[in-house]
Amino acid sequence: MGFGDLSLLELQQLWWIIVSLLGGLFVFMMFVQGGQTLLNKLSTTETEKTMLVNAIGRKWELGFTTLVLFGGALFAAFPLFYATSFGGAYWVWMAILFCFIIQAVSYEYRTKPNNFLGQKTYEFFLLVNGTLGVYLLGVAIATFFSGSEFMVDSNNFSHWQNPLRGLEALANPYNSLLGLSLVFLARISGALYFISYIEHDAIRDRAVESIKIDMIFFLVFFIAFAFWTLNLTGYAIDTNGVIVLESYKYLHNFLEMPIVLGMFLLGVIMVVIGVFVAITYKKTCCIKTTGAGIVLTVMAVLLNVGLNNTSFYPSSYDLQSSLTIMNSAGSHYTLTVMSYAALMVPFVLAYIAFAWYSMDKVKITKEEIESPDSHNY
Amino acid sequence: MEEHLVDWSRAQFALTALYHWLFVPLTLGLGFIVAIMETIYVKTGSEFWKKTTKFWMGLFAINFAIGVATGIIMEFEFGTNWANYSWFVGDIFGAPLAIEGILAFFMESTFFAVMFFGWNKVGKKFHLLSTWLVAIGSNLSALWILVANGWMQYPVGMRFNPDTVRNEMLDFWQVLLSPVAVSKFLHTIGSGFVMASLFVVGVSAWYLLKNRDIKFAKNSMLVGATFGLVTSLFLVLSGDEAAHQMAHKQPVKLAAMEGLYEGEHGAGLVVFGVLNPNKTVANDEHEFLFDIEVPYILSILGYHELNAYVPGLKDLVYGNKEQGIMSVEEKMAKGKIAIASLEAYKEAKKAEDAQKAHNARVLLEENMPYFGYGHIKAPEDVVPPVETTFYAFHIMVYLGGWFLTLFALVLFLLTKKDILEYRLVLWAALWSIPLGYIAGEAGWIVAEVGRQPWAIQDLMPVGIAATHISSTSVMISFALFAVLFTTLLIAEIKIMTTQIKIGPEGGH
Repeated sequence: MGFGDLSLLELQQLWWIIVSLLGGLFVFMMFVQGGQTLLNKLSTTETEKTMLVNAIGRKWELGFTTLVLFGGALFAAFPLFYATSFGGAYWVWMAILFCFIIQAVSYEYRTKPNNFLGQKTYEFFLLVNGTLGVYLLGVAIATFFSGSEFMVDSNNFSHWQNPLRGLEALANPYNSLLGLSLVFLARISGALYFISYIEHDAIRDRAVESIKIDMIFFLVFFIAFAFWTLNLTGYAIDTNGVIVLESYKYLHNFLEMPIVLGMFLLGVIMVVIGVFVAITYKKTCCIKTTGAGIVLTVMAVLLNVGLNNTSFYPSSYDLQSSLTIMNSAGSHYTLTVMSYAALMVPFVLAYIAFAWYSMDKVKITKEEIESPDSHNY
Repeated sequence: MEEHLVDWSRAQFALTALYHWLFVPLTLGLGFIVAIMETIYVKTGSEFWKKTTKFWMGLFAINFAIGVATGIIMEFEFGTNWANYSWFVGDIFGAPLAIEGILAFFMESTFFAVMFFGWNKVGKKFHLLSTWLVAIGSNLSALWILVANGWMQYPVGMRFNPDTVRNEMLDFWQVLLSPVAVSKFLHTIGSGFVMASLFVVGVSAWYLLKNRDIKFAKNSMLVGATFGLVTSLFLVLSGDEAAHQMAHKQPVKLAAMEGLYEGEHGAGLVVFGVLNPNKTVANDEHEFLFDIEVPYILSILGYHELNAYVPGLKDLVYGNKEQGIMSVEEKMAKGKIAIASLEAYKEAKKAEDAQKAHNARVLLEENMPYFGYGHIKAPEDVVPPVETTFYAFHIMVYLGGWFLTLFALVLFLLTKKDILEYRLVLWAALWSIPLGYIAGEAGWIVAEVGRQPWAIQDLMPVGIAATHISSTSVMISFALFAVLFTTLLIAEIKIMTTQIKIGPEGGH
């Protein structure tokens, strides 16, 4: 019994689950982005700021790598999505890419002497990455529910129909709600990460205060997004494989997939509990609880839009061009090969966990940052 | 499709690739050099080697960040600018990219953090292992992306599926172990190793010229030149294998590299030549204004046979019955049949006419190897820019030869003489750093310009592969990339040179 014995549909579902998991992990890793937006708010001295930068600076690459893998997995598993969305919503993805290029250099270059642009510019880059970058990713993901304007021809070549090439998604307040939710969620998880990773009371106190405000914003935007989504008329696949509009499609999906609903509710509860414990009892534990909650919640949202005969990348221009996990996926053989490669993922996660554990045993302190021997960002 | 769109799409991809290749070679090689240095430190326990390791590691990090930044763009540009390509071959091409993420990038980024921040947090052995894993991880990632590139040059292990209108993978091992992919991988990482050696030797030479940090510079130079000499030899061997593969799989590229228009037995290698700018494949002008040729070498390189026939561009474009070479015109006719059969197949499927569909499919499969030629307008269009390919190739080869000489010379002077007295050699070593970058970029120009007009050899020309978008959009994004990459490059060079001036003793 191997992956090759699975049916094509089962492989497509498996790969949608893997993509959803990667999406969840990526949003969790956005604590790095959230942390980047808190650098000034949580610090009063340069040393404090450097502590903050170094705390997230040891993790930024993993977030970046998760984004790259998320892209690679979509390319391999759902190539028609890759072609349609990246080629179509050109300017949204370009803007996202620019937000990530500037992140990649900023940590290393920020405090280096003779760095051409100056420390303030690199810190501004980190801020742009943490706000605009996260916001735009949220907007792009929201179009999985709200739809885009494209047409797929008989050669399976895609043709985007809106001259704004993806920027039109910004005009839809529904998309913005998810973008804003992610921005505040990332700030919350960033603050939780600082609390657990940096041994410094003043930073911890300020982080708790910032979470209180960000949590209110997050809840407002996220609850609005969730209710709007449950009320949406969604893009369903009927028994003949034809795409049809269905009222309350995403609500139905939750009800028809109780495990996914359970994941969603559990995830949200874990996020809330983590935050509650952190701000009420000043515990330092909570990035793990909230983080796991984020992974579960995001995964459930993506499973909702991809499984149960749903189009995960609908076209509002031409309903029948809408992408589903069936019509956009790789072949049986490729999905099988990739599934074997994905068996490495638990091993990868294990060595990441081990490396993190080894490094994080020793928390970041003022003394370490100020020691002449340390490699600082 | 708009005429300028394809040019701008190519320009943008070339810009990204050329910038990316300014940073990656150093990562590929310096990772191993640093790992070797740290191994010496762990074996000897000498603080000197720890300091030396940390200095080069610092430069590694400055370079690494910007390589990562340009790398993500390359991955996503397949989607943003080559959307049709992404669908047409995504079933094969996507897999190596995804596997690259799983197997290589995580290894690289996880242990990168340990390598930089773990000095006082993890044990010596675990730290050393992390440094090696960063080097291995970055080279593994090169493996997967070069497998993908090798497949574009020589598509194997797949079948065209008319129902989905795309190529689908049939045999993963054939894709991974394709001889073109393997030789490309070896030659490319080899060039990275040589580049990093040039960097270490050149920077060390600067210290010696300034008469400072002598012990540090000499020891670094010894490691760099040894690594450089070994890897230069490896580069020559892998280059020979690459030429051999090319003769069989991409004969047009080989002919362009050598400015060979008329095929011949016992073909010679042009060691130096000035191309005649008026020469085209369609006229009878002489190829060169001036050239020096060594007989037989090209036949030996390409076919490992003294008298083997090496086809020229004319044979490859207009055909050569004697040698069994089909003309492009015939290939174009077959390609047009393939495209028409695909349309007939789709219509028969729609009309549910099984017999017609079957017939169309048989005809399609017969002509599928020439599918891309159906989009070619004139036979001469399959000839890549000969001048660019020819000069880029020759520059690469000259420089490769020079680097080999330089490493041998430096090693000799370091071990047998006092290298401080040979200032000319030290200056030459310093100025060979930019030459290393030129050689690397020239190599990629040969590989990529030399295979025009194909995005995928014989199957898909670049004109069909590009995303349908206005050329203005691509022009704007090209300009934005150019400004951003150049800004970051300036920042990188300033930071890097400042750190070198501070030196190993200045540290943090």
